[in-house]
Amino acid sequence: MSNPAPAQSLWARHAKIETNSILLLIGILIAISFGGLIEIAPLFYLQSTVEKVEGMRPYTPLELAGRNIYVREGCYLCHSQMIRALRDEVERYGNYSLAAESMYDHPFQWGSKRNGPDLARIGEKYSDDWHLAHLNEPRALVPQSIMPSYAFLSRTPLEYRAMADHLRVLRTEGVPYSDEMIEQSLADVRTQVDPDSAGADAFLKRYPKAKLRKFDASHREITEAEALIAYLQMLGTLVDFKLYDNKANLR
Amino acid sequence: MSAPKHGEIDPISGQGTTGHEWDGIKELNTPLPRWWLWTFYACILWSVGYWIVYPSFPLISGFAPGFAGYSSRGAVMAEIDSVRARRADAAAGLASASLTQIRNDPKMLEIALAQGKTAFGDNCAPCHGAGGAGAKGFPVLADDDWLWGNSLDEMAATITHGIRAATDDQTRSTMMPAFGKDGLLKRDEVAAVANHVRVLGQLEPEKGANLALGANLFSENCAVCHGAEGKGDRSLGAPNLTDAIWLYGSDVAAISATIHNPRNGVMPAWRDRLDPVTIKSLTLYVQSLGGGR
Ligand code: HEC
Ligand code: HEC
Ligand code: HEC
Repeated sequence: MSNPAPAQSLWARHAKIETNSILLLIGILIAISFGGLIEIAPLFYLQSTVEKVEGMRPYTPLELAGRNIYVREGCYLCHSQMIRALRDEVERYGNYSLAAESMYDHPFQWGSKRNGPDLARIGEKYSDDWHLAHLNEPRALVPQSIMPSYAFLSRTPLEYRAMADHLRVLRTEGVPYSDEMIEQSLADVRTQVDPDSAGADAFLKRYPKAKLRKFDASHREITEAEALIAYLQMLGTLVDFKLYDNKANLR
Repeated sequence: MSAPKHGEIDPISGQGTTGHEWDGIKELNTPLPRWWLWTFYACILWSVGYWIVYPSFPLISGFAPGFAGYSSRGAVMAEIDSVRARRADAAAGLASASLTQIRNDPKMLEIALAQGKTAFGDNCAPCHGAGGAGAKGFPVLADDDWLWGNSLDEMAATITHGIRAATDDQTRSTMMPAFGKDGLLKRDEVAAVANHVRVLGQLEPEKGANLALGANLFSENCAVCHGAEGKGDRSLGAPNLTDAIWLYGSDVAAISATIHNPRNGVMPAWRDRLDPVTIKSLTLYVQSLGGGR
């Protein structure tokens, strides 16, 4: 029991790490942080990650409210918002998604599961009436649909008193909401569904290309369904692909 | 604790040990099969080649693009371009031929109908139903009753620019006024004219309805669009009220609701979403469903 230990190489000393859980933990952390450093860190400093495009603007307050409902209801569990650079997807849904198109999304809604179709470019593909009827009862329009009915959304008035706070939180995450946008956020919810209102022009200056109309014509008050439809109808419509140069942004 | 030696033979199993010992138990050495190990090394070598040829590592202001000049976006664009070119060949001039020419050429028509059917499933069926069967508020395209006209050109215009589509300034735009909501007709007048519409449609009016008033109001307010006999006007998209085909229903409640506050159905414009050949194919496909002229 008293053999003199031979001089051990570093290689042979792994017993030290393997028998000490704290050392092992530190070793594991160092090993995986290499992957993180190479795969994640560059995305924060590389300018080329997000394409330069025209037309992207932050969500209007009504669209944002709709987006919150989209997240709350888990629509992302069945719908992606990410058209991949694959032929069948581009032919069916339109131009592949750009990073720039989700740069104001916190959190993004790319999704990874498609029980239903991709929604990245659903904006203006169908009418508001269709969306309302479809949310109320998908099977009334698409008999074999497995999408659940969301009829309660058009019976629930939209709760938007905290809108300014939503905008403020997003501003801390880097979404360029101005003080004016935050101040006007409550009024802007109402303005967007009332194209004849006095604030309409100023609203359009704040949110260029926003769609001003009554999205849910069958209810006088603003419903959750209305906000959700306002959000769906703008998806994928901000970047004008006639002006966008795909060749300049090959990845 | 003794330092076990690497390569020591375990006396019981006769197998070599790794030299690791835990609380007096020694680990037997069961090496990976050679073939597996060499495949593994080959994969590592392959990955090094891959890094060099394809886009890989991040750099200071971009990423290593790789010597092959590959990008997934470039690849999909090239693929789509070549598919479009091949299709243009196969479609034997679908792009330049007129709708009538295509309809009279069996080979071109066959291709157009096949393309139209696919595009219809992706874009139109959610509203117009599979095969154009229609739904409440979304017209049946498989019958011979048309709101806006059934010639090839009229139909192509409907599909290209849509109906009351906010995104297209050449869209078809007639709006039926909201007679009740905007106070043009009083509640009892709406009821009277709704019953007159039922009479036009060969349906029983309600008992006690004021049909004389209804007929009067109809010729004053409605005949401009729907025609004196209610046969409709395709240039305005005003439906024929005398056939048995109803977009929103034929009971008094449904008709009154339309007169009170019409929905003025919206069909999106497809000009920006679909290319001209697809729109041509869809026109011919829709016409093949319904029967047009
Ligand atoms: C259980 C899975 C499921 C969930 C959850 C779901 N959907 Fe769907 N959705 C579908 C399926 C399947 C279809 C295709 C059939 C149809 O049109 O109904 C669809 C179709 C759609 C379409 C039409 C897409 C197109 O291109 O035709 C829209 C818009 C849509 N869903 C929105 C939503 C919204 C908004 C929510 C959340 C409130 C939601 N869906 C939740 C399964 C789902
Ligand atoms: C958002 C739902 C919607 C979608 C999607 C849609 N349509 Fe329509 N379409 C309508 C409505 C609503 C009308 C009737 C509008 C009206 O009341 O005049 C209509 C009318 C038409 C007409 C005129 C019918 C007539 O009687 O004159 C044609 C043709 C037509 N659609 C073809 C198509 C084709 C082809 C597509 C697919 C590219 C399509 N539609 C997609 C809603 C839709
Ligand atoms: C400016 C033209 C115009 C005038 C005036 C007009 N309509 Fe209409 N009407 C239309 C159009 C266009 C539609 C189709 C609306 C749609 O597709 O939603 C329509 C639809 C209808 C329908 C629904 C038909 C169906 O198939 O479900 C009824 C009923 C109707 N009108 C009755 C009337 C009556 C009654 C009056 C007079 C009080 C009247 N309309 C005046 C243009 C007009």
